[in-house]
Amino acid sequence: MRISALSLATALLMVGATSALAASPESDFKTAYAAAEAANKEAGSLRNQWTVTAVALAAAKKAADAGDFDQAVAQSKEAEALARASIYQATSEKDAWKALEIK
Amino acid sequence: MRPVIQFVSAALALTALAFGGVPSAVAADKPDPVADAKAFRNFFTKKFPQVRLEDFVNGPYSMNEDMHRQWEEKEQFPPYEFALDMGKEMFTKPFKNGKSYADCFPNQGIGVRQNYPTFDEKEGKVVTLELALNRCREANGEAPLSYVKDEMAALTAYMAFTSRGKPFDIKIPDDPRALEAYQNGKRYFYTRRGQLNFSCATCHVQEPGERIRAEVLAPALGILNAMPIYRSEWSGMGTTSRRFTTCNSQIRGVPLEPQADEYRDLEYYLSYVSNGLPISGPGARP
Repeated sequence: MRISALSLATALLMVGATSALAASPESDFKTAYAAAEAANKEAGSLRNQWTVTAVALAAAKKAADAGDFDQAVAQSKEAEALARASIYQATSEKDAWKALEIK
Repeated sequence: MRPVIQFVSAALALTALAFGGVPSAVAADKPDPVADAKAFRNFFTKKFPQVRLEDFVNGPYSMNEDMHRQWEEKEQFPPYEFALDMGKEMFTKPFKNGKSYADCFPNQGIGVRQNYPTFDEKEGKVVTLELALNRCREANGEAPLSYVKDEMAALTAYMAFTSRGKPFDIKIPDDPRALEAYQNGKRYFYTRRGQLNFSCATCHVQEPGERIRAEVLAPALGILNAMPIYRSEWSGMGTTSRRFTTCNSQIRGVPLEPQADEYRDLEYYLSYVSNGLPISGPGARP
């Protein structure tokens, strides 16, 4: 009986903790948007941002302003993926450009 | 003891050999603008044996006989004529302090376009004609002009016109910073960027003469000799800055600010490898 009470208490505590940790759609958006912005900033430091990243970021913001957080998260993730691709491009081109050189 | 000494000697000899090899490896990587320019010219003249060397400055019009005819007709009433008149007026009109552009340039700014960009050894950077014009304005208390709009295009059109037929004569002084700027420009030219993963060379080395949508791509050899240009697509004049930034956005890359170091270095490289080809600006393009 004592063990059962303890288990119940533990389970209740876990549920409480989980719901406290569970993110709201808005905070999911904020997290995803911040990650996308940080990646795009890194691309900027490499002087290699893409216009489509800015478009996806703007679409994410617009969706969030309209309260459509699913769309806002999807656009943020799209923006982050594009920014990461531009970082990869800038990094790999540090040497790859030589393959195109007229010699 | 002896084997130990022999081993150490052999190791030292190997080390010496290894380090002795370094300078030649570095030398092999050292930029060689003269060799680059020669290879650049050879590449295009072999690719287009029917095009006369000096005709490369006419861009897409040198690639196709029909287009060449169109261009000759266009030159009867050139669309850049208004810009030329405006440029001449701007160039000769004194600033508020009584000085003028002529006071900022060698030979009063007449017939000097072929020498730009130059490398300013004091600043340690490339100075383009557009930049020199704005610096002249600022030094005389005038506000700088936009690098991508009509007034700058008009001024450079007039200066280019006074240099027509003069061969590009870009100098790389014996200064490691100048060589670095040249090399940076070359790297920028060949580096892929934007979501389309294009470099300048993708269009202007790999595909000149081919169409990209309705446009015939110009060869990189002589591509800046015609700047600034009137573009029918823009319904107006465009500066070198406008051309570079537009190229970047067309491949879905965020353009850098006009006259960023990268663009200055790119102009330095592209102009240098076209040394000897005549200035034909201002030009007209589809």
